[in-house]
Amino acid sequence: MAEQHIPKNTHTTPPMRVKVKILRYNPETDKKPHWETYPVEAQPSDRVLDVLNYIKWYVEPSLTFRRSCGHGICGSDAMMIAGRNRLACKALLRDVVKDGGTLTIEPIRGLKVEKDLLTDMEPFFDAYKAIMPYFINESPPPAGERLQSPEQAERMAHSSNCILCACCTTSCPIFWVNGSYLGPAAIVQAHRFIFDSRDEATNQRLNIMNQNTGVWRCRTAYNCTEACPRDIPITTIIEEVKRAVMYQQS
Amino acid sequence: MIRARTFTDARAQAHSNAELNWWIFMRISGLILVFLVLGHIYMTFIQVSESDATYTAVVAKLQNPAWKFYDWTILALTMLHGVNGARYSIEDYVRSRPNRAWVKTIFYTISAVIFTLGTVGLFSI
Repeated sequence: MAEQHIPKNTHTTPPMRVKVKILRYNPETDKKPHWETYPVEAQPSDRVLDVLNYIKWYVEPSLTFRRSCGHGICGSDAMMIAGRNRLACKALLRDVVKDGGTLTIEPIRGLKVEKDLLTDMEPFFDAYKAIMPYFINESPPPAGERLQSPEQAERMAHSSNCILCACCTTSCPIFWVNGSYLGPAAIVQAHRFIFDSRDEATNQRLNIMNQNTGVWRCRTAYNCTEACPRDIPITTIIEEVKRAVMYQQS
Repeated sequence: MIRARTFTDARAQAHSNAELNWWIFMRISGLILVFLVLGHIYMTFIQVSESDATYTAVVAKLQNPAWKFYDWTILALTMLHGVNGARYSIEDYVRSRPNRAWVKTIFYTISAVIFTLGTVGLFSI
């Protein structure tokens, strides 16, 4: 029995009582989303995902949200937690709410809500597909691997960290009002291939970035940079792509 | 790549460098304007007191074509910079196509009138 080995004083911090306020929507019965509050007792070191799981498993089984790995890698559980886009599996309770306080959880914005915290991700992945998110190199491969120097790898180190959770794109005020904008996530993915020394479709991707729906829609609101759970300097990356388009066209 | 099926798609996929050029213009004009406007503020409010800035004093100063050019550069750059910035916002936030056309037409007309009045006023002194 695992719990026999856990010493009693592990839980030195007392549990906290929080009211979890979730924006719920059932397309079959509701016309508009509405708030519902669930009182929860949890450890300050619990993640928001644990709290949501607790509510779903023991209080309200109809609560709907996406989660998969639960370790900040799959990018499924992006939601607006305490007014900011975060991953529920990476946000600790003590960082987003005080003892006795209210924790608000909403679906990410700018995408159609299908139920509760579940949104239709198709427009997001359409933008992702539009930048040709695959390695393109027509030249015959060398006997070994296609090598990169550490400096060349560093060039795309940040943008290759993206997990496509949509935290950035759905925090972008331009994406909220203008669905045809590719959005920060797609540009970060484009950056990952544009600045990959082994990829040969740089010009094609820069042309896509130069379209009406591309990088010039970015107004540097910096919401994406603040929202990114992987700490990617997204706005800087978008500016790098703008500069690359500029030099390509000159 | 998906081929455009409608005129709207075709326009979305067509790339001219207009947006790129406006982006560069915004950066350069913004930088120039910082110095032009700071100089303007200095000359108007610090170098001379507000009570000294009478009509005759201003007219006398603007007899010099260099100052005319200086003021006209401020006028032209601020109008272009400001109008383009507002165009960004209109294109982002006015999503209905007919409304956008109306808003832009009215806005451009007013801006053109202001620019013309400023230019005429400056060069008829």
